[in-house]
Amino acid sequence: MIVVLFSGCGSDKQKSRSDEIKLDETELDASLLDDVSSAKQIFYSLPSPLETAMLIKSAGATYDEELLNPVENTSNYTTNRSMALNLGIYTTDLSFASLFDQTQTSIRYMNAAKQMADGLGILDAIDNNTIERLEENVNNRDVIMDIISETFMSSSSFLTENERPALASIVLVGGWIEGLYIASNLVGDAPIEDNKLVERIVDQKLSFEIVLKLLEDNKDNSDVAGLMADMNDLKTTFDKITITHTKIQAVPDEESNVTVLKSESTVDMSLEVFRELQEKVKVLRTNFIS
Amino acid sequence: MKKLFHFTVAVALLTLVPLAANAQCKGFAKKLCKVELYPYTHDGNYHAAVLTTGEEAELYKTFYSDTDYRISICGADNLPDIEFRIIDSDRNILYTNKDNNFSRIWDFRLEASQQLKIFVKVPAADGLPEEAKQGCVAIMFGFKEK
Repeated sequence: MIVVLFSGCGSDKQKSRSDEIKLDETELDASLLDDVSSAKQIFYSLPSPLETAMLIKSAGATYDEELLNPVENTSNYTTNRSMALNLGIYTTDLSFASLFDQTQTSIRYMNAAKQMADGLGILDAIDNNTIERLEENVNNRDVIMDIISETFMSSSSFLTENERPALASIVLVGGWIEGLYIASNLVGDAPIEDNKLVERIVDQKLSFEIVLKLLEDNKDNSDVAGLMADMNDLKTTFDKITITHTKIQAVPDEESNVTVLKSESTVDMSLEVFRELQEKVKVLRTNFIS
Repeated sequence: MKKLFHFTVAVALLTLVPLAANAQCKGFAKKLCKVELYPYTHDGNYHAAVLTTGEEAELYKTFYSDTDYRISICGADNLPDIEFRIIDSDRNILYTNKDNNFSRIWDFRLEASQQLKIFVKVPAADGLPEEAKQGCVAIMFGFKEK
C-alpha cells in the first residue's frame, strides 16, 4: 500500500499520516546500493521496456499513439548513442502498443527497433522471421509478449557479450525514459492525488538510483558520460521527493506459494515538484529522439 | 618468430575464452532458466555470468507494488545448487532458498514498491581447491500482467 502526501507549494509538509507510522520507518536512500561488495559480478537491473509498458497499463493508462516516437524518425539516428537510445525507446513503444492490442502499430515499431538493432550491428536479434512470427500471431498477445522479450534479451545479451555493455546500458535508459515520458504525458494536467499513474512515476525514484549506478559502471564510455550529465538534472528533482516505508514483513501463502511482502510507503511531494519532473522528462526525451 | 606466433595464439585464446564462455551463458539462460518462469512473462532482461564455486553475484532491482513476480535463478549442471537471498534496504533477509531445498524459483508480490538486492552464491566445493568448478549462473525475472 502506498500513501501519497502532497504538500502545497511553500506550505508546511503534511506530517500527520507519517507520524502514525513512524515506528520501524525508513527513509529511502541509496544505502543498499552503497554497500561495499566482494561479489564477483554486480548487476543493476532497470525495468525492461516490456515491464515498463505493463506498469503503465496496469496503472489504468489509456492508449495514445501520439505519444510514441514516430517511426519516420528512424533515418535520423546514425550515431551509436542515438541508435541505442532509440532501440530502447522504440522497444518501449512497441511493448506499449502490443499491450493495447495495436497490432499494425506493433509491427511498424518492431521494424523500427530492427533498424536500430541492425545499425548497432546486433546480429540476428530481430530478423525477418521475427517480423513474420509477429504478423502470424497478431491475435495472440502472449506470443507477442514472448517475441518482444526474446528480441530484447537477444539485443542486450549480444551487446553485453560482445564487450559493449555501455551501449546495453544506454538502450535500457532510453526505454526507461520513454516509459516515464508516456506515463507523465498521460497524467497531463490531471490532479495528482489518488492517481495511480502518478504513484508509478514517483516509484521511479527507486529505479533512478539504479540508473545512476548503471551509468557510473560504464562512465569510461563518452556517450555514457554525456548521458550522466543529462541525468543529473533529473536527479535534482527526484531529490525533492521523499519516500519512506515501514518495515517489510514477508508473509508466505502456502496455498498459492506466493509470498506477500507487506509494508506501507509514504511519499512526500508537492504539485510543483511533480510538474517540474514532467517538464524535465519531456526535455530529456525530446533530446533523445531529436 | 615461432615464439612470437605462439605468444600471439596464446593471447588470442585468452581473449576469446571468456567471450565464448559468456556466449554459452545466453543459450543456457534461454534454454534452461527462462522456461522456469512459465506461466509468468519474461521481462526480457538478461543477467548471467560465469561463476566459480565460492563466488558471489549481486543484483539490484526495483520491484513494483501490486505486481506478481517470479525470480528464477539457475546454474550450469556441473555446479552445486545455487544459493540465493532476497535482501531489503534495511538489510533484512526476506527470503533464502536455503530454507526451501535450494528452490530455483520464488514467487512474490509487494504491497509497496521496493528496491531489493538479490544475493547469489555458488557454494564452495567441499574438496580440494583444484576441484573448484566453473559455470554459468543466470538470474531472470517474470511478471504477470494485471
